[in-house]
Order: sequence, then structure tokens, then C-alpha cells
Amino acid sequence: MPGDGPGARVADAAPVAVDDETLAQLALSRDEYRRARDHFGRDLTPVELGMLGALWSEHCGYKHSKPLFRHFPTKAPHVLTELGGENAGAIDIGDGWVVVMKVESHNHPSAIEPYEGAATGVGGIVRDIFAMGARPIALLDSLRFGPLDDPDAGPRNRRLLRGVVAGVGGYGNCLGIPNVGGEVRFGPHYSGNPLVNAMCVGIARRGSLIGATTGGPGHVLLLVGADTGRDGLHGATFASVELDERSAERRPAVQVGNPFLEKLLMEACVDLVQDHRDWIVGLQDFGAAGLTSSSVECAARGASGLEIDVDAVPRREAGMSAYDVMLSESQERMLVIAKPEHVEDVRAHFAYWDLDTTVVGTTTAGDRVRVYEAGAEIAAAPIGLLTDPPSYVPDARPDPEAAARAAFDPATLPDIADANAALLALLAAPNIADKRWVTQQYDQQVLTNTVLVPGSDAGVVRIKGSERAIAVCTDGAGRAVGLDPWAGAARSVCEAARNVACTGARPLAVTDCLNFGNPERPEIYYQLREAVRALGDACRALGTPVVSGNASLYNESSGVAVTPTPVVGMLGVLDDVSKVVRMGFRRPGDAIWLLGGELAQPAATLGGGEFLAEAHGRVAGPILVDLDAEAALVGLLVAAADRRLLRSAHDCSDGGLAVALAESAIAGGLGADCAAAAWEGRNDAALFGEAGARAVVSLDPGHAAALAALAAETGVVVTPLGTVAPDDPAGARLRLGDAIDVPLGEAAAAHREALPRALDG
Amino acid sequence: MRFAVLVFPGTWSDGDCQHVLRDRLGQQADRIWHREANLDGYDAVVVPGGFSYGDYLRCGAIARFSPVMGALQRHAQAGRPVFGSCNGFQILCEAGLLPGALLRNDSLQFRCQEQYVRVTRDDTGFSCASAAGDALMLPISHGEGNYHVDDDTLAELEAERRIVFRYADADGQVTPAANPNGSRANIAGVINAAGNVLGMMPHPERSSEALLGGEDGLRVWQSMIQWWG
Repeated sequence: MPGDGPGARVADAAPVAVDDETLAQLALSRDEYRRARDHFGRDLTPVELGMLGALWSEHCGYKHSKPLFRHFPTKAPHVLTELGGENAGAIDIGDGWVVVMKVESHNHPSAIEPYEGAATGVGGIVRDIFAMGARPIALLDSLRFGPLDDPDAGPRNRRLLRGVVAGVGGYGNCLGIPNVGGEVRFGPHYSGNPLVNAMCVGIARRGSLIGATTGGPGHVLLLVGADTGRDGLHGATFASVELDERSAERRPAVQVGNPFLEKLLMEACVDLVQDHRDWIVGLQDFGAAGLTSSSVECAARGASGLEIDVDAVPRREAGMSAYDVMLSESQERMLVIAKPEHVEDVRAHFAYWDLDTTVVGTTTAGDRVRVYEAGAEIAAAPIGLLTDPPSYVPDARPDPEAAARAAFDPATLPDIADANAALLALLAAPNIADKRWVTQQYDQQVLTNTVLVPGSDAGVVRIKGSERAIAVCTDGAGRAVGLDPWAGAARSVCEAARNVACTGARPLAVTDCLNFGNPERPEIYYQLREAVRALGDACRALGTPVVSGNASLYNESSGVAVTPTPVVGMLGVLDDVSKVVRMGFRRPGDAIWLLGGELAQPAATLGGGEFLAEAHGRVAGPILVDLDAEAALVGLLVAAADRRLLRSAHDCSDGGLAVALAESAIAGGLGADCAAAAWEGRNDAALFGEAGARAVVSLDPGHAAALAALAAETGVVVTPLGTVAPDDPAGARLRLGDAIDVPLGEAAAAHREALPRALDG
Repeated sequence: MRFAVLVFPGTWSDGDCQHVLRDRLGQQADRIWHREANLDGYDAVVVPGGFSYGDYLRCGAIARFSPVMGALQRHAQAGRPVFGSCNGFQILCEAGLLPGALLRNDSLQFRCQEQYVRVTRDDTGFSCASAAGDALMLPISHGEGNYHVDDDTLAELEAERRIVFRYADADGQVTPAANPNGSRANIAGVINAAGNVLGMMPHPERSSEALLGGEDGLRVWQSMIQWWG
């Protein structure tokens, strides 16, 4: 709590014994404090204590998640960074181009102050990208909210959605970075604790990136950008405790963004690294725990000590203590580590952009971070200790209630009577409905690279000066993870890979954001562990190493944990952008095929799906995943696109085949005539079952033999469904078997109007 | 032709305009930092979109005090062409080079979407590559594009045929439903009395390449090149 923290009214230099309340504020346990104290050989000074608390928080220190990261595949010839080694992961996409990417959460701030929470979430992730010297070229956002029509929480959920969307747009639009994808999904367990995950993708020439390091002793620390205020004090700690009814009192822990300043910082930093890399040895953004974490993490990487003069740090207000300055999370600040002979060059460079720079310290040969105020040493903390928080392997225990729901057999439900009505209801279901109300508030095209806009399977962004393009998407099947953490998380990776592959891009790498509840509870830790294992298993099966990520734990509100939601950000590459494949049908008479399965499906494929949730009000049943089949389908989609065999391709996921077919028809404005398709068994499973590893494609009938041969080679079953209907805006229909026959216009209206109706009334 | 593409702190369509002019149309296009006080030698000036000075205070209100604006005024007074898009349009209005003001969208939300505009006349240096009545798809992306003028000015603009582009549907019909932001009389772009300064909210540079969804925007640039080149 700003102004009331342990450092505010105590002499900052003198070691103090701490009471339990102070430890609770810092989210440190008594054991952890004891361990640090033993290492110091004395009580800690208030500033040392604050630095320790921030760096040992879950948010910075990953105490409960780091031991799990060994499950991730992290290495491949095209991966240029080590997981956690830099601000973001870097991937070589060929032709001398490198993509840098990361996804990060800003859940707790957004729950309290949605606009600023979401805005500064965007700001933070963008800084991670340009801190490496890469130019940010795309944003994505993965959002989760409670139900908009909930009788109690609905009004607040709507307010949160409006605020978050405005914040994501307000910041990203001002920066001039296109928002090219993401998801907005809903579920009852996000009501008190929405999820706001922002992903940024940047690009650089190979060999031009810079690290977040001090590069050894003898270098100069320059603070660039905003003055330091009290905002965001203890944000890292705030992110590492559960939300409760008193959380609104933590509003001072939410930062306020200034995207204009960030735009200047972005241009100046990218130019600095591209044009004057020899002036500097490292670049780092100020994120959680502010000056403390940015400087200490750089020093740990650079194997140097640090001397910081807090008096030099420009402040936004009078009366700030050294403690405040070291822990402030004021936005739009960067740490430049410069060679001493180029300090004035660096300062002049930033002055061109009207940006202030201040020398705040130097790097030393020691192994401690020493902080000075008025000439007195007020902290002398061992860097090795600060960056080596304890790690825990808590007890894990499956939640018997979730296991019971997962054991539910959907075959015990009666089959569907009116498939047309069910399809229209599904198209209007919040998770499936058109998200244009959201995405039209984001600039999607600035930088003039956007080939596929939000609403597509993946956003596709071309690389100017090259034939290549990248495809990016996010996916997180939270509801499925809640039923079966391993299978649900694996499904999230598979869906992301499928989405990217549907555009014709080859999946290359993953960034992930782990949104879970309190890991100190055995059921939650079980979810986390199994989900991380699954991310690892699925990423190995698909050949997509995990290059960066973020863990957001303690997502709980008044004792209720959020639906466990690992969000997967997937990067793919198209070697030739002219081969990009779109989701909408494009030409009447084209053949429509289902890739990856038969029409008939067992009732079990309804498990955890949209249809069970919407039509039966059940979140239950098994979650089915076949990693080999997913890898084969991805291979087929990429190979078929490369040979230009596909006119459209769309992932078959939420709502199953019927919804995928409808979405391709709606996107293309052309009906689907698949009335001759027939299947044995249940209609609900065939139409709305969510068997994985499937996609709906359309193709020139002349390519049928070539596609069939390619599918046989890759071991993927293909099922012809019918043809794209003649162009007839007024009379177009959607027909599938003898169960579905609806006017396309009616389907399109259901899909398009649901979200505006829920939000604007 | 030699184009100067102005860059204020916070401008972001500068690179996009430069890309179209230089890489697609083979013109010379230089990005000019706002502190530059001299635009001599440039045939045309583009004031691109973005959030100059964060749009703090009021869109375009601070940018008009930049050193380059004096040079821009002289360039305009000499009868040479000035084209402003999005934030550039707002800046031209704030600087008094064009009438009116851009208010918050009537939806009170930012809007990024495909948008058609009707070309009302083809005898200007910004529309001569089109035919009057054409519908061009020129994407919009703004939160404050609601063009407002008082009744007298509107009557004057109408009488002098200075409304060159109006929001329309894909068939070129100017309807209330096709108005994305509440602009008076569906005004998307206006020209000054001398016919050398035009501002519009849409982004023609975003529909100047088939890969990105259309090439209608090229007609705006080609008009400038044909008329003044």
C-alpha cells in the first residue's frame, strides 16, 4: 500500500525485524524470510525487504511454476533464445528474419480497473518486445469474462468487457500496432476474475537483437521515459495474492498508461538498437517490481554487481521514499545499459524523441545490488539470492468433482430433435458468436501488413521486403482444462496449431500464459501440473517448442478459482504469402470436404463442448485428444496449401462440424449444399461433436484427386460433404445431411447480432 | 513527384504512405520530422494518420504548433498540394487549412472497418483518377472522425462542391446506415476553396494492394500524381 508500506515512515537504512502483517503484504512466508535472513546474516533493511518480496513473488519468481517448465520442449534449431533467458522468445523464420514473441497476463489490474489494467497490459508486453530491439508488428489479446447475461454479475461483467476492450484498443491503437487476433470467451468462473492476456509479436533482422543484460562491470545505467510515481507499487505482489472484496482498495497498485510516451520510447529504442547497437550493451523494460527487477535481472545475466543512486531517479511527486522508488511500477520506462564513452550519444539520441534520460547507476565487479540515498547505503543485497527464489512442489490432488463430471457419458442424453434451431442457437452462443463488436475497436491494419484480420483462424501478417508472412493466434480451452487438465491443455495447443495451419502456415513455436488459481491448493496445483505436462507433450508432438511465457497464479475471487486456462500463442510461417488460405468459401461449385474424420461420431465427442453447455447446460464428459492425428492434419493442411490445392480452410472446433461449415459459408457469403451427406448414429455428435484434428476445406473439384492422394500419404481420412452453393445472396441456404437446412442469412444474422445485443441491449 | 510525408511525435501512418508512394507507385517519398522548418523542393505534402502528441488535449491541436506547420502553410498558400488522412485531416482542420472539426464518433467507440466512400466529383487533384459516382473501399480507423461544421459552412461547402468524398455503401449510395461516425452529410473528405488541400478520415494507403484487401486507395494517390505530376 503506497505511502503505508514498510519503507514509508521507517528509516530506510536500518535493518528491521518484520512482523507477520508486513510479510503478508509482501506475500512472503516466515520461512522464506528466515531463509533470506540467514543468507544476509542479519535482518534486512526495508528496501532490501521490499526488493526481496517483489522478486520472490510468484509473478517475478515463478515459485510454484518454474519446476514444471522442464516439461516444455524449448530447443530447436530455429529457436534463438532460452526459455526465460530474455524478455521474449526469438525464432528464426528464414531469409534473415527473426520473430520475437511473448504473451503475458494483466488479470488482477483489469479486474479492479479494466481500462487501465488492460491498457498497461498491452504496454508491458510491447515493451518486452522492443526491449530486444525488435519492431512490434502485431498484437493479439486473449480475454475471458463472466457471462454477460448473468442475473447478478452480468452488469459488472459487461462493464469489465467494455472497459477492457476500450483499454486494449486505446493503448494499442495509439501505438500504431495492429491487433490481428485473439479470443474473447465466457464462463461462470471468470466472473470475479476476468483474464486479460496480451501477446505481442515483433520482427528484426537476424543478428540485430539485444539482450537484457548489464554485460559485466563498468557500464552505465540510464533510465529513459516517464518519471517515477507511486503507481503500481506492489503490483508484483498484488498479482500473487487472491482477489477479495477488499481488492478495490488496492487500486493504487494498478498503473496508469501513457501510450503516447510508449510510442516515442518504442521508436527511439528500435532505432537505437538498429542504428547504434555499439553504444549499448543491454536494454530492459521496467515491468513488475520496476527498477528492482529490471536492474537486478540484467545484473544476474551480466554477472555484475550494481550501484543505484535513488536520488537521481526523477519523481512524479514529492515525498517518495527510496522504497517507493525501487518498487514503483510506473509505466513507460526503460533501462538502457550503455558503454560509458557513449552515454552522451545515447542521451542525445533520446532527446531527439523528446525523451528524458537520467544516469541512475553503474555496474560493478561485485555480486550485490547496492542502493544509495543521500550518500548512505540503504541496501546491499546479494543478486544471486534475489534471483533465486525458493521453489515449491506443492501437493497435487485431482478434484473429485471435476473427475466425476468428466466421467459423464453424453450417450445417456437423448439425441437432438431440431438440429436447425440448435445450430442457430450455437452460432449465437457467446463463445462462438461474431466478435466484431470487439475487434472493430482495434486498429487491425496499421503498418499495412495485415493479410488476414481478426475473425480468421489466425491473423496473417506479411513481412515487407520478403515473400514471407507469419500467422499468429491464441487459443485456450479453459472449460476442457477444468474437466481434464491434461487433455484440455493438449487440445489448446492442437487448436492453435490447426488454426495457424488452416491459413497454410507451418506452426513453428509457442508462447504460453498459464492462468490458474492458488497453486498452494492441491486441486489447483494438480491442474497446473497436468496442464503444463500436456503443453509439453502436445508441443513435442507438433514440433513447436515453447519459447516464452508467463504464469498468472492466484486467479481467485472470494475463494473461487478461475477456470484453469492455459492460453497458447502460436506462431507459424508461410514461406510464400501468395499461398495464404482464407476461411470463407470463395467459389460456387467448389467441393467441400471434411479433413480428418468420418461424419459419424460417438456421443463422447460432445464432452466438454459448446453444444452440451448451450443445449443441455452441462459442462461434462470426456475430453478426447489424439496428438498423432493432430500432427498429421497440420501436415496435410500445410502441404495442401503449399501446392495451392485449397480454396478455403477452417478449423473444426467449438460447436463441431455444423458450426465450422456455417462459419465458412457466412465468411464467404456463399451457401453450402451438403444435403447428400449422410451418417449413421446420433445427429448431435455428427453435427456438433468436437472431435479434434478436423478441418472443413473447399477446393476446386479439379484438385480432388491430388488432395485425396496427399491425404492418403499423410494418413488423414477425408470425407466429401458437398459443394459450395451458387451465388445467391437472398436465397442462399446452409444444408448438411437431412438434419440441417437453414437460410444462410438467418445463420449470419444469429452469428453477427448476438454480441451487440448482449452488450448494447 | 517528390512527396514529403510529415512525421509528428505519435504519427504512425507515415511508413504506410511512404510504402505506397515509393514502393508501389515509384515516387520519391521522404519522411519529414516535425522539427523541419523547410519543405522547399517538395511537390506535395502528405499529413498521415496516427495519434500526434497522443491526441491529448484535442486531436491535432498540439501538432499544429510544430515547426513544420509554418512550412506547410507556405506550401499550401503557394497552391501546392496537401493531402491529410485521419489524424492528418484533424491537423489540417486545427491549422485552419480546412473548415470544420472532427468530434468523437457518435458510437463513442473507436471504429476500424472496411468503408466505402462515394466520389462526388472527378475534377480535383485527389479524385481525377476516379469517375464521379464511383464507390471506393477506403478503410477507416478512428475514434474521432465525426466531421462537424455549422449550417452556414455546410451550405457553403455544398454550394462550392467541396465535399469530394461521402460515406456510402458498396453501391455508392449515400445513406445514414453507411455513415460510420455521425459525420454531417456523410462527409468523409473535404477540399479547400483553392482546390489544393484535401483532408479525409479514411486511409487510402490501406487499400492500395490487392494482398491486403483492395486497390481502390491507389486512385487517390494516382489522382495526385496525374494532376500535379
